[in-house]
Amino acid sequence: MDKLINDFSIGLFFWQSLVFLLLIFVLKKYAWKPILNAVNEREQSIEDALKEAEKARLEMQSLQESNEAILKEAREERERILKEARDMKNKMISEAKDAAATEADKAIVSAKAAIEAEKSAAIAELKNQAASLSIDVAEKILGQELSAENKQTAMIGKIIEDVKFN
Amino acid sequence: MEIPTIVGAGLIVIGAGMGIGRIGGSAMEAIGRQPEASGKIQTAMIIAAALIEGIGFAALFAA
Amino acid sequence: MISKFTALSAFVGLMFFSAPAVAQDHGHENTHLENAHQNDAQNNEAHGEELHGEEAHSEGHGHGAFVPASDTEGRKAVVKETVEHHLADSYEFHIVGPVGFPLPVILFDNGLKVFSSAKFQHGESVAEVDGQYYVIHHSKIYKTDAEGNMLLDEAGHHIKPLDFSITKNVFMIMFMAVFMFFLFRGVAKTYKNSLVPSKAGRFLEPLIVLIRDEIAIPNIGEKHYKRYMSFLLTIFFFIWFLNLAGMTPLGVNVTGNIAVTVSLALMTFFITQFSGKKDYWMHIFWMPGVPVLLRPVLAVIELIGLVVKPFSLTIRLYANMLAGHVVIMSILGLIYIFASYTAAIPFTGLTLFLYVLELLVAALQAYIFTMLASLYFGAAVEEHDHH
Repeated sequence: MDKLINDFSIGLFFWQSLVFLLLIFVLKKYAWKPILNAVNEREQSIEDALKEAEKARLEMQSLQESNEAILKEAREERERILKEARDMKNKMISEAKDAAATEADKAIVSAKAAIEAEKSAAIAELKNQAASLSIDVAEKILGQELSAENKQTAMIGKIIEDVKFN
Repeated sequence: MEIPTIVGAGLIVIGAGMGIGRIGGSAMEAIGRQPEASGKIQTAMIIAAALIEGIGFAALFAA
Repeated sequence: MISKFTALSAFVGLMFFSAPAVAQDHGHENTHLENAHQNDAQNNEAHGEELHGEEAHSEGHGHGAFVPASDTEGRKAVVKETVEHHLADSYEFHIVGPVGFPLPVILFDNGLKVFSSAKFQHGESVAEVDGQYYVIHHSKIYKTDAEGNMLLDEAGHHIKPLDFSITKNVFMIMFMAVFMFFLFRGVAKTYKNSLVPSKAGRFLEPLIVLIRDEIAIPNIGEKHYKRYMSFLLTIFFFIWFLNLAGMTPLGVNVTGNIAVTVSLALMTFFITQFSGKKDYWMHIFWMPGVPVLLRPVLAVIELIGLVVKPFSLTIRLYANMLAGHVVIMSILGLIYIFASYTAAIPFTGLTLFLYVLELLVAALQAYIFTMLASLYFGAAVEEHDHH
């Protein structure tokens, strides 16, 4: 303890305190403040940059997600359109088929009707012809043979029979 | 019978050394157990060691 | 990586904690002898002029007079002398051999007296200034009469004039202050161009950030730490650089001076007390949460603690640095005392080892001082919310 007190130099204490206090104030002004400010600023900027990057990443992600959604939608749209087209095609084909079938049926029916009509017309014609022919024949025969009654009756009977079987 | 001061100084050194040794050892163990808390343990260790050291020096100068 | 390093440094530091203790032991022995020596000297002094002769004799040892290797006692005295000379302050800046320069002496003794220390002729002669005579004895200036006999006051003590000289240590402090100013202003300037440090800043900036993030913020708190940063940074680098300067062969021992460490510790003390908040004083004088009867007892303990804190700060730094110097120089001195190659090789290795250890201690002590200072500041500004 005595040695400590003996070693204590008031001059050194004075100069040390003076110089150190001056040093604190001078360094505070010229060194520590600018350095700490710069360090803070840099840390802030790094933090900001990191936040910015994170934000950009998230944005990118959402963008990608929306892109994917759009793509998906487009794909669905395409599918839908294709399906619609296919359906329409099928529908058209079947409609056409139906129409054709009905048309054909109609044609057949009308053809049948026409045939029937033609046939009946022809039969009627034939009957008329046959009638007129028979009248002609009859006239002719009558002209020759209707002198005889029995011959006339036999003739007419024969003709009628023929007509029936025809 | 007077004990020379040098013996007292020796005793102080032994005591302080053992104390600081124990602190250091315990701190090492603690760090081993919880490596993630090593910063805090170190701070506490240095402070405790410094306090003992201070007492030790004070006693040495008194001796 | 960092934790590995810190663990290692803590370990090595721990190893060293025992070293100053041993060194102190050694130092103590020295001081013990020294005291005896001084007592002798004072007795001689009282008797008359014999001291002067003896003093000249030992000074002779210190300045390279040859002592034969067989004279172990004589050589021990030389080593002791050299170590003491190295640790003591000086009025001239001695670099190597005869190279050096005198420093101004400033005395208050019936008025201001300023003169060059060259007048003392390396402490060997009496300096006469304005009719007053002075002499350097054990690195301190004393008043003498014209023949160089030290004057005594009524109580029988030697008269020391009030001494504000720019001694070697003061010179070193000033030099370091200027050095630090240019160094850190230079670092600060590099930030003007870019936010990335360059040159010395690359090395110093991590340390500044370390002090902020590892010392100031955890101990003082996010809210208040900014006010103390200037002090903490200045004190850390000041102590560290001066400790390192002490490791150079220039032989300056600034931080191993009690006056310097007292000054640093007192500043810490006053800053702590002036920034003490209501909670802080409350915890000292009227500890909340303990029985009322115990409170005065705790107040006494806390008040003792208040005084012990700066005292331990002072002694820790002083003793560590002093002890480091004493150990290194004593072990180097052993080579001289043993005067053989078998001794030289291991002792050189040991000195080198201790030197490296001292480099670590130089940083460690600066770190601990800063850490404890911030801890005290933290206690002063802390706001408790439990009452």
